[in-house]
Amino acid sequence: MTDLKTDTMFVNMGPQHPSTHGVLRLGLTLSGEIIVKAEPDIGYLHRGTEKLAELRGYHQCVVMTDRWDYVSAMPNNLVFCLAAEKLMNLEISSRANYLRVLMCEINRIASHLLFLGTYGIDIGAYTPFLYAFREREMVLDLFEMACGARTTFNYIRIGGVSADLPQGWTEKCREFLNYFKGKIREYDDLLTYNPIFLDRTKTVGILSKETALDWGLTGPNLRGSGVPYDVRKTDPYCVYDKLDFDVCVGETGSCWDRYHVRVLEMTQSIRIVEQCLGQLPAGDVMAKGVAKIPKPPAGEAYAHVEASRGDLGIYLVADGSSAPYRLHARAPSYINLAVLQEILTGLKLADVIAILGSTDIVLGEVDR
Amino acid sequence: MAEAAPAAPAKPAFDPKAACPDIRRRLWASKTKGTLLEGRLWPSDLWPHPWISESYRRGAFVLGAIAIGAIALAVGLGEIGAPLAALHEFYRQWAQARLPEAPAWSVEAVWILVKAIVVLHIILINGLFLVWWERKISAHIQSRLGPIFVGGWHGWLQTVADGLKLLIKEDAAPAQKDSWLYRIAPALAFAPVLLCFAPVPFGRDLEAANIDVGIVYVFACSGVSVLGIVLAGWASANKYSLLGGLRSAAQLVSYELPRAFSIVPMVALAGSLSLTKIVQAQEGYWMGFFPKWFFFYPIVGQISFVIFLIASVAETNRTPFDIPEAESELVAGFHTEYSGMKFALFFLTEYAYVFLAAALIATFFFGGGAAPTPLLSVIPSWFWFLSKTLFFVFCFLWFRWTFPRFRIDRLMDFTWKFLLPWSFVNIIFSIPYIFL
Repeated sequence: MTDLKTDTMFVNMGPQHPSTHGVLRLGLTLSGEIIVKAEPDIGYLHRGTEKLAELRGYHQCVVMTDRWDYVSAMPNNLVFCLAAEKLMNLEISSRANYLRVLMCEINRIASHLLFLGTYGIDIGAYTPFLYAFREREMVLDLFEMACGARTTFNYIRIGGVSADLPQGWTEKCREFLNYFKGKIREYDDLLTYNPIFLDRTKTVGILSKETALDWGLTGPNLRGSGVPYDVRKTDPYCVYDKLDFDVCVGETGSCWDRYHVRVLEMTQSIRIVEQCLGQLPAGDVMAKGVAKIPKPPAGEAYAHVEASRGDLGIYLVADGSSAPYRLHARAPSYINLAVLQEILTGLKLADVIAILGSTDIVLGEVDR
Repeated sequence: MAEAAPAAPAKPAFDPKAACPDIRRRLWASKTKGTLLEGRLWPSDLWPHPWISESYRRGAFVLGAIAIGAIALAVGLGEIGAPLAALHEFYRQWAQARLPEAPAWSVEAVWILVKAIVVLHIILINGLFLVWWERKISAHIQSRLGPIFVGGWHGWLQTVADGLKLLIKEDAAPAQKDSWLYRIAPALAFAPVLLCFAPVPFGRDLEAANIDVGIVYVFACSGVSVLGIVLAGWASANKYSLLGGLRSAAQLVSYELPRAFSIVPMVALAGSLSLTKIVQAQEGYWMGFFPKWFFFYPIVGQISFVIFLIASVAETNRTPFDIPEAESELVAGFHTEYSGMKFALFFLTEYAYVFLAAALIATFFFGGGAAPTPLLSVIPSWFWFLSKTLFFVFCFLWFRWTFPRFRIDRLMDFTWKFLLPWSFVNIIFSIPYIFL
């Protein structure tokens, strides 16, 4: 038989593509259906917020953090405020701290729900998406009741939170939690343990502990590989040291493990929110004596939190003026994305989507 | 103290039903009502249980009334095979009287043309109906409403409006397309499905053509559609389309084998390749009440049915086997670059094949137009056939909105390593039945 002349094909997946979760471009070199080379290309959503922050007051920077990971903006608000408060040596009231944790956790639920739905679509199941969004809608309603915004909150401010809970909010939140507990079982039936879904994800995109640590992954992606690293446990902030919850880890580091860690984390978030609602103390939600335009003393501070996508850190340098001298964000999505080029090679085209979806990146945070 | 806000005077609890009895108005009200807390309705507010809701009860009643009305109409009409045969006879005599010099074949050709036009319209109307039905079913599976406005009653005119839109839409095409192939591909995909319907017995004496090798004919015709899809993928000058076309070539050709082999036992039991004969072989009842459908032959019937069903879903490119048009990977697969009526033809093809597959399932395994018990024979056979077919169409839609998608290599493993061997084993299982 004569040798067939074959050639590779370059496919530009993105920045406009149904399943790149934003404006990621993947330059794929294909040999048939097999990936020979994968190059993630980012920057299509770059807005330069880190530079912009140098020209704006600290109170204005909080607004910009909303636009990083727009799917879960509460932890972004929180981490910036934590860093700024470290600079200013502010004491935060206990109620405000509980509210911060509470909001971050229900935001984690919303974010993981969005992941669950879109991951279902990536694998080809459309219905879980609508179910997840039905529940996410309720979380967004809760946010709207609390702070008037649904995705970009600007709720957590330097010194506390912008407003106390409206009347009846805690009942509404409990109603949601009770409703939502049963729904996780529904997702398990429909998607998590679906044989086709398992077939697509259980043996695909396996990230060993070593690879995950080498590439600096954090969040559910790292925990999916079996490393129990969670900032809420290792370096507790706000009131996490007073709350009882487990760090969920996966076994093999496959796509399914990363997915399942997120499902388990939603149940842990329910636990945390319930404890917060039970322990919520009375008091002010804003520290006294925070200037309208804060001017922290010169110095530097680093704060990090466990955002929905991993270890989100902010490094702030202050020069005594009303604007930061330098702001740098350690964005988990950006770092999690880098590992793609290592694990995509040699897989099928359909697996690209499965793996890309399972890393759950948000391009707003990657590009900032 | 849990709440820091001062205690407000007690307000009466917000009752959504009292505020707005009609559910659609209520949904609208929930979006526009003033206060954040009280006007907003959650799923738990709206539907403690579907049957508690007035509109659901009313909907069930309306659906029941439609079903009973349709059955009454069918019973009133009775069997239409014999009257149509009489009409044919009348037409022949009339033609001979009016045009004595016309050759017999031309008279017959006109009649065949009429039959072809009727079948064509069945397919087109079926396409319109199925798109609407699929949208309604998917919506209700996903706790949505689906099309609700166009036409008044549950958006029944939605697909007609969509069809008109597709007809008058600009036909945008890629500049680097292979012009001829690009134009001919939709027709090449659609034309065979029209041919496929010729031997399908829609009821007693209701097949357009009683072909002796009907099964072979149907499979042969449906195999040609692959060519249209592959050409569409190739001619679009788009990498996603190309991948989609190649995937579908591999998939459809592979799944045709288990699909054909799974019904070999049925052919052997009926002793004929004609669809009409297969239906006739399933007439009658065991012990006077249990239908002699091939599905009820222990082991063989069920295995055949499952293999044929799975292979049919794969043949029609529907989830969980919709990899040629896998949206998350290939955008829209082979029809990414098609728009307007060319796209509509692919769309129609898909739904026509779904209908055909369901019709074949009803024919091979569920006795075609036979009633499930002798008592129900008053309802004419075409109505039974249509009900069975639509039930399996519903199954197809149900699969689509429940399952995720296979990966191409797993899909191939599944057919070559699982379905095909089992369809061979099944032929061996059927030996005792043939000699009994």
